Amino acid sequence: MDINILTVFILAVFVGIEIITKVPPTLHTPLMSGSNAISGIAIVGAIVSTKIGGHYGTWLGLASVIFATVNVVGGFMVTDRMLKMFKKK
Amino acid sequence: MNWENIFYVLSSILFIFGIKRLSHPKTARSGNLVASMGMLIAVVTTLTTGNILSYQLIGIGIIIGAIIGAFFAIRVEMTQMPQMVAIFNGFGGIASALVAAAEFVNPSDSLSLFSLSTISLSIFVGTLTFTGSFIAFGKLQGFISGKPIVFPGQQILNFLIAVSVIGLAVYIVLSPNNYNNFYLLIALSAVIGVTLTIPIGGADMPVVISLLNSYSGIAAASTGFVLNNNALIISGALVGASGLILTNIMCKGMNRSLANVIFGAVGLEQDTGAGGEEKQINIKSYSTEEAAMIFDAAEKVIVVPGYGLAVAQAQHAVREVADFLSGKGKKVLYAIHPVAGRMPGHMNVLLAEANVPYDQLKDLDEVNNEFEDCDVALVLGANDVVNPAARHDSSSPIFGMPILDVDKSQTVIINKRTMNTGFAGVQNELFGYDNSIMVFGDAKDMLQQLLKDLKDL
Repeated sequence: MDINILTVFILAVFVGIEIITKVPPTLHTPLMSGSNAISGIAIVGAIVSTKIGGHYGTWLGLASVIFATVNVVGGFMVTDRMLKMFKKK
Repeated sequence: MNWENIFYVLSSILFIFGIKRLSHPKTARSGNLVASMGMLIAVVTTLTTGNILSYQLIGIGIIIGAIIGAFFAIRVEMTQMPQMVAIFNGFGGIASALVAAAEFVNPSDSLSLFSLSTISLSIFVGTLTFTGSFIAFGKLQGFISGKPIVFPGQQILNFLIAVSVIGLAVYIVLSPNNYNNFYLLIALSAVIGVTLTIPIGGADMPVVISLLNSYSGIAAASTGFVLNNNALIISGALVGASGLILTNIMCKGMNRSLANVIFGAVGLEQDTGAGGEEKQINIKSYSTEEAAMIFDAAEKVIVVPGYGLAVAQAQHAVREVADFLSGKGKKVLYAIHPVAGRMPGHMNVLLAEANVPYDQLKDLDEVNNEFEDCDVALVLGANDVVNPAARHDSSSPIFGMPILDVDKSQTVIINKRTMNTGFAGVQNELFGYDNSIMVFGDAKDMLQQLLKDLKDL
Protein backbone atom coordinates (compact mmCIF):
# COMPACT_ATOMS: atom_id res chain seq x y z
CA MET A 1 0.00 0.00 0.00
CA ASP A 2 1.22 3.38 -1.01
CA ILE A 3 1.10 6.04 1.67
CA ASN A 4 1.71 8.77 -0.89
CA ILE A 5 -1.65 8.38 -2.60
CA LEU A 6 -3.41 8.43 0.75
CA THR A 7 -1.61 11.67 1.54
CA VAL A 8 -2.73 13.14 -1.76
CA PHE A 9 -6.31 12.08 -1.03
CA ILE A 10 -6.40 13.59 2.44
CA LEU A 11 -4.82 16.86 1.33
CA ALA A 12 -7.27 17.09 -1.55
CA VAL A 13 -10.21 16.65 0.86
CA PHE A 14 -8.93 19.61 2.88
CA VAL A 15 -8.48 21.75 -0.22
CA GLY A 16 -12.00 20.74 -1.29
CA ILE A 17 -13.51 21.76 2.05
CA GLU A 18 -11.65 25.09 1.93
CA ILE A 19 -12.85 26.09 -1.53
CA ILE A 20 -16.34 24.61 -1.43
CA THR A 21 -17.41 26.32 1.79
CA LYS A 22 -16.82 29.60 -0.07
CA VAL A 23 -19.41 28.79 -2.73
CA PRO A 24 -22.54 30.86 -1.98
CA PRO A 25 -25.91 29.05 -1.56
CA THR A 26 -27.22 30.67 -4.72
CA LEU A 27 -24.71 28.63 -6.74
CA HIS A 28 -25.22 25.31 -5.00
CA THR A 29 -27.06 23.69 -7.91
CA PRO A 30 -24.34 24.57 -10.45
CA LEU A 31 -21.77 23.45 -7.87
CA MET A 32 -23.44 20.06 -7.74
CA SER A 33 -23.75 19.60 -11.48
CA GLY A 34 -20.23 20.93 -12.03
CA SER A 35 -18.64 18.72 -9.40
CA ASN A 36 -20.67 15.92 -10.85
CA ALA A 37 -19.00 16.51 -14.19
CA ILE A 38 -15.64 16.41 -12.43
CA SER A 39 -16.48 13.02 -10.93
CA GLY A 40 -16.68 11.89 -14.56
CA ILE A 41 -12.87 11.83 -14.29
CA ALA A 42 -13.49 8.09 -14.08
CA ILE A 43 -13.30 8.41 -17.89
CA VAL A 44 -9.51 8.36 -17.52
CA GLY A 45 -9.69 4.99 -15.81
CA ALA A 46 -12.29 3.86 -18.31
CA ILE A 47 -10.03 4.60 -21.27
CA VAL A 48 -7.17 2.74 -19.62
CA SER A 49 -9.33 -0.25 -18.81
CA THR A 50 -10.45 -0.78 -22.43
CA LYS A 51 -6.98 -2.15 -23.06
CA ILE A 52 -7.34 -4.82 -20.44
CA GLY A 53 -6.98 -8.19 -22.09
CA GLY A 54 -9.95 -10.37 -22.86
CA HIS A 55 -13.23 -9.12 -24.24
CA TYR A 56 -14.75 -9.04 -20.81
CA GLY A 57 -12.50 -6.27 -19.56
CA THR A 58 -12.77 -4.38 -22.83
CA TRP A 59 -16.58 -4.32 -22.72
CA LEU A 60 -16.61 -3.21 -19.12
CA GLY A 61 -14.22 -0.47 -20.15
CA LEU A 62 -16.39 0.58 -23.09
CA ALA A 63 -19.54 0.74 -20.96
CA SER A 64 -17.61 2.82 -18.46
CA VAL A 65 -16.37 5.18 -21.19
CA ILE A 66 -19.99 5.80 -22.26
CA PHE A 67 -21.30 6.45 -18.74
CA ALA A 68 -18.37 8.68 -17.81
CA THR A 69 -18.67 10.70 -21.03
CA VAL A 70 -22.39 11.30 -20.44
CA ASN A 71 -21.41 12.58 -17.03
CA VAL A 72 -18.60 14.83 -18.26
CA VAL A 73 -20.25 16.31 -21.36
CA GLY A 74 -23.74 16.57 -19.88
CA GLY A 75 -22.45 17.88 -16.56
CA PHE A 76 -20.28 20.68 -17.91
CA MET A 77 -22.83 21.69 -20.54
CA VAL A 78 -25.78 21.93 -18.19
CA THR A 79 -23.68 23.80 -15.64
CA ASP A 80 -22.74 26.32 -18.31
CA ARG A 81 -26.39 26.63 -19.30
CA MET A 82 -27.34 27.44 -15.72
CA LEU A 83 -24.48 29.81 -14.99
CA LYS A 84 -25.26 31.76 -18.14
CA MET A 85 -28.61 32.70 -16.55
CA PHE A 86 -27.19 34.25 -13.39
CA LYS A 87 -27.24 37.97 -14.01
CA LYS A 88 -26.85 41.06 -11.91
CA LYS A 89 -29.38 43.82 -12.23
CA MET B 1 8.76 10.66 -13.43
CA ASN B 2 6.20 10.17 -16.15
CA TRP B 3 5.07 13.03 -18.32
CA GLU B 4 1.49 11.94 -17.99
CA ASN B 5 1.59 12.54 -14.25
CA ILE B 6 2.54 16.15 -14.78
CA PHE B 7 -0.48 16.62 -17.01
CA TYR B 8 -2.74 14.89 -14.47
CA VAL B 9 -1.52 17.27 -11.80
CA LEU B 10 -2.21 20.17 -14.17
CA SER B 11 -5.76 19.00 -14.72
CA SER B 12 -6.28 18.63 -10.96
CA ILE B 13 -5.07 22.20 -10.49
CA LEU B 14 -7.55 23.37 -13.11
CA PHE B 15 -10.38 21.56 -11.28
CA ILE B 16 -9.45 23.35 -8.07
CA PHE B 17 -9.25 26.74 -9.76
CA GLY B 18 -12.51 26.03 -11.54
CA ILE B 19 -14.36 25.35 -8.30
CA LYS B 20 -12.68 28.34 -6.67
CA ARG B 21 -14.20 30.59 -9.32
CA LEU B 22 -17.64 29.28 -8.35
CA SER B 23 -17.40 31.46 -5.26
CA HIS B 24 -19.06 34.31 -7.16
CA PRO B 25 -21.75 34.33 -9.87
CA LYS B 26 -19.62 36.74 -11.91
CA THR B 27 -16.67 34.38 -12.23
CA ALA B 28 -18.60 31.10 -12.01
CA ARG B 29 -19.12 30.56 -15.71
CA SER B 30 -15.43 30.90 -16.50
CA GLY B 31 -14.72 28.55 -13.59
CA ASN B 32 -16.81 25.87 -15.21
CA LEU B 33 -14.87 26.39 -18.41
CA VAL B 34 -11.55 26.10 -16.57
CA ALA B 35 -12.68 22.81 -14.99
CA SER B 36 -13.77 21.45 -18.35
CA MET B 37 -10.34 22.32 -19.78
CA GLY B 38 -8.84 20.30 -16.94
CA MET B 39 -11.00 17.37 -18.01
CA LEU B 40 -9.96 17.76 -21.63
CA ILE B 41 -6.29 17.72 -20.66
CA ALA B 42 -6.80 14.57 -18.57
CA VAL B 43 -8.59 12.79 -21.44
CA VAL B 44 -6.07 13.79 -24.10
CA THR B 45 -3.19 12.79 -21.82
CA THR B 46 -4.69 9.36 -21.30
CA LEU B 47 -5.38 8.88 -24.98
CA THR B 48 -1.85 9.82 -26.03
CA THR B 49 0.29 8.19 -23.36
CA GLY B 50 -1.34 4.84 -22.69
CA ASN B 51 -0.87 1.97 -25.10
CA ILE B 52 -4.44 2.15 -26.32
CA LEU B 53 -5.90 -1.07 -27.64
CA SER B 54 -8.53 0.37 -29.94
CA TYR B 55 -9.11 4.01 -30.69
CA GLN B 56 -12.24 3.13 -32.64
CA LEU B 57 -13.83 1.50 -29.63
CA ILE B 58 -13.04 4.43 -27.36
CA GLY B 59 -14.11 6.88 -30.05
CA ILE B 60 -17.47 5.16 -30.37
CA GLY B 61 -17.92 5.18 -26.61
CA ILE B 62 -17.09 8.87 -26.33
CA ILE B 63 -19.37 9.82 -29.22
CA ILE B 64 -22.32 7.86 -27.81
CA GLY B 65 -21.75 9.31 -24.34
CA ALA B 66 -21.32 12.85 -25.63
CA ILE B 67 -24.54 12.71 -27.66
CA ILE B 68 -26.56 11.40 -24.72
CA GLY B 69 -24.98 13.90 -22.33
CA ALA B 70 -25.48 16.87 -24.64
CA PHE B 71 -29.07 15.84 -25.37
CA PHE B 72 -29.97 15.84 -21.67
CA ALA B 73 -28.01 19.03 -20.98
CA ILE B 74 -29.84 20.97 -23.69
CA ARG B 75 -33.29 19.52 -23.21
CA VAL B 76 -33.66 19.41 -19.44
CA GLU B 77 -35.94 22.00 -17.89
CA MET B 78 -34.71 23.95 -14.89
CA THR B 79 -37.51 22.52 -12.76
CA GLN B 80 -36.10 19.06 -13.55
CA MET B 81 -32.52 19.79 -12.50
CA PRO B 82 -32.75 17.62 -9.37
CA GLN B 83 -33.64 14.57 -11.48
CA MET B 84 -30.86 15.32 -13.92
CA VAL B 85 -28.23 15.69 -11.22
CA ALA B 86 -29.51 12.54 -9.51
CA ILE B 87 -29.17 10.42 -12.62
CA PHE B 88 -25.78 11.88 -13.49
CA ASN B 89 -24.53 11.05 -10.00
CA GLY B 90 -25.56 7.50 -10.78
CA PHE B 91 -23.65 7.46 -14.07
CA GLY B 92 -20.52 8.74 -12.33
CA GLY B 93 -20.84 6.02 -9.72
CA ILE B 94 -21.35 3.18 -12.18
CA ALA B 95 -18.49 4.39 -14.39
CA SER B 96 -16.11 4.13 -11.43
CA ALA B 97 -17.49 0.76 -10.42
CA LEU B 98 -17.09 -0.61 -13.96
CA VAL B 99 -13.46 0.49 -14.10
CA ALA B 100 -12.81 -1.26 -10.81
CA ALA B 101 -14.61 -4.36 -12.10
CA ALA B 102 -12.50 -4.34 -15.26
CA GLU B 103 -9.36 -4.28 -13.11
CA PHE B 104 -10.69 -7.20 -11.10
CA VAL B 105 -11.26 -9.40 -14.14
CA ASN B 106 -7.92 -8.33 -15.63
CA PRO B 107 -6.13 -11.65 -16.18
CA SER B 108 -2.67 -10.20 -16.73
CA ASP B 109 -2.36 -8.60 -13.36
CA SER B 110 -1.87 -10.04 -9.90
CA LEU B 111 -3.65 -7.72 -7.53
CA SER B 112 -2.24 -6.60 -4.23
CA LEU B 113 -4.20 -6.63 -0.98
CA PHE B 114 -4.59 -2.87 -1.21
CA SER B 115 -5.86 -3.03 -4.79
CA LEU B 116 -8.37 -5.73 -3.93
CA SER B 117 -9.70 -3.74 -0.96
CA THR B 118 -10.05 -0.56 -2.99
CA ILE B 119 -11.66 -2.47 -5.87
CA SER B 120 -14.24 -3.83 -3.43
CA LEU B 121 -14.82 -0.36 -2.01
CA SER B 122 -15.16 1.19 -5.44
CA ILE B 123 -17.62 -1.45 -6.63
CA PHE B 124 -19.67 -1.16 -3.45
CA VAL B 125 -19.91 2.64 -3.42
CA GLY B 126 -20.24 2.95 -7.20
CA THR B 127 -23.03 0.40 -7.53
CA LEU B 128 -24.88 1.73 -4.49
CA THR B 129 -24.69 5.23 -5.98
CA PHE B 130 -26.04 3.92 -9.27
CA THR B 131 -29.14 2.16 -7.93
CA GLY B 132 -29.73 4.75 -5.22
CA SER B 133 -29.61 7.53 -7.80
CA PHE B 134 -32.14 5.73 -9.97
CA ILE B 135 -34.56 5.48 -7.06
CA ALA B 136 -34.01 9.17 -6.29
CA PHE B 137 -34.59 9.96 -9.96
CA GLY B 138 -37.78 7.89 -9.98
CA LYS B 139 -39.10 9.67 -6.90
CA LEU B 140 -38.33 13.12 -8.26
CA GLN B 141 -39.77 12.33 -11.68
CA GLY B 142 -42.87 10.78 -10.12
CA PHE B 143 -42.29 7.23 -11.40
CA ILE B 144 -42.13 6.11 -7.80
CA SER B 145 -44.20 7.56 -4.95
CA GLY B 146 -42.45 10.44 -3.23
CA LYS B 147 -43.74 9.08 0.07
CA PRO B 148 -41.33 7.01 2.15
CA ILE B 149 -41.61 3.30 1.33
CA VAL B 150 -41.05 1.28 4.45
CA PHE B 151 -41.48 -2.37 5.35
CA PRO B 152 -40.97 -4.28 8.57
CA GLY B 153 -37.40 -5.31 9.18
CA GLN B 154 -36.00 -2.75 6.74
CA GLN B 155 -33.34 -1.56 9.15
CA ILE B 156 -32.39 -5.12 10.01
CA LEU B 157 -32.14 -5.98 6.33
CA ASN B 158 -29.89 -2.98 5.67
CA PHE B 159 -27.74 -3.98 8.60
CA LEU B 160 -27.45 -7.58 7.39
CA ILE B 161 -26.54 -6.44 3.88
CA ALA B 162 -23.91 -4.06 5.23
CA VAL B 163 -22.36 -6.82 7.33
CA SER B 164 -22.43 -9.23 4.37
CA VAL B 165 -20.77 -6.63 2.14
CA ILE B 166 -17.91 -6.24 4.61
CA GLY B 167 -17.61 -10.02 4.92
CA LEU B 168 -17.59 -10.45 1.14
CA ALA B 169 -14.98 -7.74 0.71
CA VAL B 170 -12.70 -9.54 3.17
CA TYR B 171 -13.35 -12.81 1.37
CA ILE B 172 -12.56 -11.24 -2.02
CA VAL B 173 -9.30 -9.87 -0.69
CA LEU B 174 -8.35 -13.30 0.67
CA SER B 175 -9.38 -15.39 -2.33
CA PRO B 176 -9.64 -13.16 -5.42
CA ASN B 177 -10.18 -16.07 -7.81
CA ASN B 178 -13.65 -16.83 -6.57
CA TYR B 179 -15.88 -14.84 -8.92
CA ASN B 180 -19.11 -15.77 -7.12
CA ASN B 181 -18.19 -13.52 -4.23
CA PHE B 182 -17.48 -10.75 -6.67
CA TYR B 183 -20.91 -11.09 -8.33
CA LEU B 184 -22.62 -11.31 -4.96
CA LEU B 185 -20.87 -8.11 -3.85
CA ILE B 186 -22.22 -6.31 -6.91
CA ALA B 187 -25.74 -7.65 -6.32
CA LEU B 188 -25.81 -6.74 -2.63
CA SER B 189 -24.42 -3.26 -3.31
CA ALA B 190 -27.20 -2.74 -5.85
CA VAL B 191 -29.85 -3.88 -3.36
CA ILE B 192 -28.64 -1.69 -0.50
CA GLY B 193 -28.66 1.32 -2.83
CA VAL B 194 -32.39 0.69 -3.25
CA THR B 195 -33.27 -0.17 0.33
CA LEU B 196 -31.44 2.87 1.68
CA THR B 197 -33.18 5.27 -0.71
CA ILE B 198 -36.83 4.10 -0.86
CA PRO B 199 -37.66 5.06 2.75
CA ILE B 200 -36.64 8.68 2.16
CA GLY B 201 -39.46 11.11 1.41
CA GLY B 202 -39.66 13.67 -1.40
CA ALA B 203 -38.82 16.75 0.61
CA ASP B 204 -35.71 15.08 2.04
CA MET B 205 -34.37 14.69 -1.48
CA PRO B 206 -31.92 17.62 -1.16
CA VAL B 207 -30.04 15.58 1.43
CA VAL B 208 -30.13 12.40 -0.62
CA ILE B 209 -28.91 14.05 -3.81
CA SER B 210 -26.07 15.75 -1.95
CA LEU B 211 -25.13 12.48 -0.33
CA LEU B 212 -25.18 10.58 -3.64
CA ASN B 213 -23.07 13.38 -5.11
CA SER B 214 -20.54 12.76 -2.38
CA TYR B 215 -20.64 8.99 -3.00
CA SER B 216 -19.90 9.43 -6.70
CA GLY B 217 -16.77 11.31 -5.66
CA ILE B 218 -15.76 8.64 -3.19
CA ALA B 219 -16.24 5.98 -5.88
CA ALA B 220 -13.99 7.94 -8.25
CA ALA B 221 -11.34 8.38 -5.55
CA SER B 222 -11.31 4.69 -4.68
CA THR B 223 -10.96 3.84 -8.36
CA GLY B 224 -8.03 6.26 -8.31
CA PHE B 225 -6.49 4.17 -5.54
CA VAL B 226 -6.98 1.05 -7.65
CA LEU B 227 -5.26 2.60 -10.67
CA ASN B 228 -2.77 4.62 -8.60
CA ASN B 229 -3.90 7.71 -10.50
CA ASN B 230 -3.68 11.13 -8.82
CA ALA B 231 -6.16 12.83 -11.14
CA LEU B 232 -8.90 10.44 -10.03
CA ILE B 233 -7.92 10.64 -6.38
CA ILE B 234 -7.85 14.44 -6.26
CA SER B 235 -11.04 14.94 -8.28
CA GLY B 236 -12.83 12.26 -6.31
CA ALA B 237 -11.76 13.90 -3.04
CA LEU B 238 -13.02 17.31 -4.22
CA VAL B 239 -16.41 15.93 -5.24
CA GLY B 240 -16.67 13.83 -2.09
CA ALA B 241 -15.98 16.89 0.06
CA SER B 242 -18.41 19.00 -1.93
CA GLY B 243 -21.23 16.50 -1.50
CA LEU B 244 -20.56 16.13 2.21
CA ILE B 245 -20.57 19.88 2.81
CA LEU B 246 -23.87 20.25 0.97
CA THR B 247 -25.33 17.30 2.87
CA ASN B 248 -24.35 18.99 6.09
CA ILE B 249 -25.89 22.32 5.04
CA MET B 250 -29.15 20.58 4.07
CA CYS B 251 -29.32 18.70 7.37
CA LYS B 252 -28.75 21.92 9.30
CA GLY B 253 -31.49 23.57 7.23
CA MET B 254 -33.89 20.97 8.61
CA ASN B 255 -32.33 20.74 12.07
CA ARG B 256 -32.01 16.99 11.64
CA SER B 257 -29.13 14.59 11.79
CA LEU B 258 -28.07 12.66 8.72
CA ALA B 259 -29.07 9.43 10.48
CA ASN B 260 -32.55 10.82 11.07
CA VAL B 261 -32.96 11.74 7.41
CA ILE B 262 -31.78 8.33 6.19
CA PHE B 263 -33.54 6.15 8.75
CA GLY B 264 -36.30 8.42 10.07
CA ALA B 265 -38.79 7.94 7.19
CA VAL B 266 -40.21 11.40 7.91
CA GLY B 267 -43.23 12.26 5.81
CA LEU B 268 -45.23 9.13 6.49
CA GLU B 269 -48.89 9.73 7.27
CA GLN B 270 -49.07 10.07 11.01
CA ASP B 271 -51.97 8.85 13.09
CA THR B 272 -54.13 11.85 13.74
CA GLY B 273 -55.17 10.48 17.13
CA ALA B 274 -51.65 10.18 18.44
CA GLY B 275 -50.89 13.87 18.54
CA GLY B 276 -53.78 14.71 20.86
CA GLU B 277 -56.37 17.33 20.04
CA GLU B 278 -56.53 18.79 16.54
CA LYS B 279 -55.91 22.49 16.73
CA GLN B 280 -58.67 24.43 15.08
CA ILE B 281 -57.44 27.29 12.96
CA ASN B 282 -59.55 29.93 11.30
CA ILE B 283 -58.23 31.23 8.04
CA LYS B 284 -59.06 34.25 5.93
CA SER B 285 -59.30 33.57 2.23
CA TYR B 286 -58.95 36.54 -0.13
CA SER B 287 -59.36 36.97 -3.86
CA THR B 288 -56.44 38.17 -5.98
CA GLU B 289 -58.25 41.48 -6.36
CA GLU B 290 -58.23 42.06 -2.62
CA ALA B 291 -54.61 40.88 -2.44
CA ALA B 292 -53.68 43.35 -5.20
CA MET B 293 -54.89 46.22 -3.04
CA ILE B 294 -52.64 45.11 -0.19
CA PHE B 295 -49.67 44.94 -2.56
CA ASP B 296 -50.52 48.38 -3.88
CA ALA B 297 -50.23 49.89 -0.43
CA ALA B 298 -46.98 48.08 0.40
CA GLU B 299 -43.49 49.51 0.15
CA LYS B 300 -41.42 46.45 0.82
CA VAL B 301 -42.32 42.99 -0.43
CA ILE B 302 -40.46 39.74 0.21
CA VAL B 303 -41.24 36.73 -1.94
CA VAL B 304 -40.75 33.30 -0.35
CA PRO B 305 -40.67 30.57 -3.01
CA GLY B 306 -41.02 26.87 -2.24
CA TYR B 307 -41.32 23.63 -4.15
CA GLY B 308 -44.90 24.54 -5.13
CA LEU B 309 -43.47 27.33 -7.29
CA ALA B 310 -41.38 24.79 -9.21
CA VAL B 311 -44.31 22.41 -9.61
CA ALA B 312 -46.50 25.20 -10.99
CA GLN B 313 -43.65 26.47 -13.23
CA ALA B 314 -44.50 29.89 -11.86
CA GLN B 315 -40.98 31.38 -11.85
CA HIS B 316 -41.67 33.66 -14.83
CA ALA B 317 -45.06 34.74 -13.49
CA VAL B 318 -43.59 35.72 -10.13
CA ARG B 319 -40.84 37.73 -11.79
CA GLU B 320 -43.45 39.66 -13.80
CA VAL B 321 -45.35 40.53 -10.65
CA ALA B 322 -42.11 41.50 -8.91
CA ASP B 323 -41.06 43.66 -11.88
CA PHE B 324 -44.40 45.43 -11.84
CA LEU B 325 -44.09 46.14 -8.13
CA SER B 326 -40.47 47.31 -8.52
CA GLY B 327 -41.61 49.58 -11.33
CA LYS B 328 -43.98 51.22 -8.85
CA GLY B 329 -41.00 52.03 -6.63
CA LYS B 330 -41.48 49.19 -4.16
CA LYS B 331 -38.55 47.19 -2.83
CA VAL B 332 -38.76 43.51 -3.74
CA LEU B 333 -36.56 40.73 -2.35
CA TYR B 334 -36.63 36.95 -2.55
CA ALA B 335 -36.01 34.88 0.56
CA ILE B 336 -34.55 31.45 -0.16
CA HIS B 337 -34.56 28.79 2.53
CA PRO B 338 -31.68 26.27 2.24
CA VAL B 339 -34.07 23.32 1.80
CA ALA B 340 -36.64 25.06 -0.41
CA GLY B 341 -37.11 22.91 -3.50
CA ARG B 342 -35.71 19.47 -4.15
CA MET B 343 -31.97 20.15 -4.26
CA PRO B 344 -29.51 22.71 -2.89
CA GLY B 345 -29.91 25.99 -4.77
CA HIS B 346 -32.94 24.74 -6.74
CA MET B 347 -34.97 27.95 -6.26
CA ASN B 348 -32.03 30.16 -7.20
CA VAL B 349 -31.61 28.43 -10.54
CA LEU B 350 -35.33 28.62 -11.27
CA LEU B 351 -35.45 32.33 -10.51
CA ALA B 352 -32.25 32.97 -12.45
CA GLU B 353 -33.93 31.28 -15.40
CA ALA B 354 -36.75 33.82 -15.09
CA ASN B 355 -34.15 36.63 -15.18
CA VAL B 356 -34.39 37.53 -11.53
CA PRO B 357 -31.07 39.27 -10.72
CA TYR B 358 -29.05 37.22 -8.24
CA ASP B 359 -28.51 40.17 -5.91
CA GLN B 360 -32.24 40.08 -5.11
CA LEU B 361 -31.97 36.49 -3.90
CA LYS B 362 -31.27 36.43 -0.17
CA ASP B 363 -30.49 33.41 1.95
CA LEU B 364 -31.84 32.68 5.41
CA ASP B 365 -29.22 34.57 7.44
CA GLU B 366 -29.29 37.64 5.24
CA VAL B 367 -33.04 37.99 5.01
CA ASN B 368 -34.50 37.15 8.41
CA ASN B 369 -34.06 40.62 9.88
CA GLU B 370 -35.66 42.09 6.74
CA PHE B 371 -39.12 40.80 7.70
CA GLU B 372 -39.48 43.20 10.66
CA ASP B 373 -40.09 46.20 8.42
CA CYS B 374 -41.58 44.24 5.53
CA ASP B 375 -45.12 45.15 4.48
CA VAL B 376 -46.04 41.99 2.58
CA ALA B 377 -44.42 38.58 2.63
CA LEU B 378 -45.67 36.54 -0.32
CA VAL B 379 -45.36 32.80 0.38
CA LEU B 380 -45.57 30.72 -2.79
CA GLY B 381 -45.84 26.96 -2.39
CA ALA B 382 -43.69 26.90 0.73
CA ASN B 383 -45.03 25.49 3.98
CA ASP B 384 -42.80 23.92 6.61
CA VAL B 385 -40.00 26.44 6.09
CA VAL B 386 -42.31 29.29 7.24
CA ASN B 387 -44.09 27.49 10.09
CA PRO B 388 -43.55 29.49 13.30
CA ALA B 389 -44.19 26.33 15.34
CA ALA B 390 -40.55 25.48 14.60
CA ARG B 391 -39.58 28.34 16.93
CA HIS B 392 -41.76 27.67 19.96
CA ASP B 393 -43.69 24.39 19.81
CA SER B 394 -41.44 21.66 21.14
CA SER B 395 -44.06 19.01 20.31
CA SER B 396 -43.92 19.84 16.61
CA PRO B 397 -41.94 17.47 14.38
CA ILE B 398 -40.21 20.46 12.83
CA PHE B 399 -39.31 22.09 16.16
CA GLY B 400 -35.85 23.67 16.05
CA MET B 401 -35.71 23.91 12.28
CA PRO B 402 -34.46 27.32 11.17
CA ILE B 403 -37.36 29.09 9.44
CA LEU B 404 -38.00 32.27 7.52
CA ASP B 405 -39.75 34.64 9.95
CA VAL B 406 -42.48 35.72 7.54
CA ASP B 407 -44.97 36.10 10.40
CA LYS B 408 -43.07 39.21 11.51
CA SER B 409 -44.18 41.03 8.38
CA GLN B 410 -47.12 43.40 8.43
CA THR B 411 -49.13 41.02 6.24
CA VAL B 412 -48.40 37.51 5.07
CA ILE B 413 -50.06 36.44 1.83
CA ILE B 414 -49.93 32.70 1.39
CA ASN B 415 -50.66 30.99 -1.89
CA LYS B 416 -51.47 27.30 -1.77
CA ARG B 417 -53.47 25.00 -3.94
CA THR B 418 -55.38 23.44 -1.06
CA MET B 419 -55.30 23.35 2.72
CA ASN B 420 -53.24 20.15 2.70
CA THR B 421 -50.50 19.89 5.27
CA GLY B 422 -46.86 20.32 4.36
CA PHE B 423 -44.37 17.53 3.94
CA ALA B 424 -43.83 17.08 7.66
CA GLY B 425 -47.54 16.32 7.97
CA VAL B 426 -48.23 19.22 10.32
CA GLN B 427 -50.85 21.91 9.95
CA ASN B 428 -49.18 25.29 9.70
CA GLU B 429 -50.36 27.57 12.50
CA LEU B 430 -49.15 30.55 10.44
CA PHE B 431 -52.25 30.22 8.28
CA GLY B 432 -54.45 31.10 11.25
CA TYR B 433 -52.46 34.16 12.34
CA ASP B 434 -54.23 37.54 12.38
CA ASN B 435 -51.87 38.99 9.80
CA SER B 436 -52.13 35.98 7.47
CA ILE B 437 -54.23 35.90 4.34
CA MET B 438 -54.71 32.86 2.13
CA VAL B 439 -55.09 33.11 -1.62
CA PHE B 440 -55.91 29.68 -2.99
CA GLY B 441 -55.09 28.41 -6.46
CA ASP B 442 -52.30 27.27 -8.73
CA ALA B 443 -49.31 29.58 -8.20
CA LYS B 444 -48.94 30.48 -11.87
CA ASP B 445 -52.66 31.21 -12.44
CA MET B 446 -52.84 33.15 -9.20
CA LEU B 447 -49.82 35.31 -10.04
CA GLN B 448 -51.05 36.04 -13.56
CA GLN B 449 -54.46 37.04 -12.22
CA LEU B 450 -52.78 39.13 -9.52
CA LEU B 451 -50.73 40.96 -12.13
CA LYS B 452 -53.87 41.72 -14.12
CA ASP B 453 -55.63 43.01 -11.00
CA LEU B 454 -52.60 45.13 -10.06
CA LYS B 455 -52.63 46.73 -13.49
CA ASP B 456 -56.38 47.39 -13.26
CA LEU B 457 -56.09 49.26 -9.97
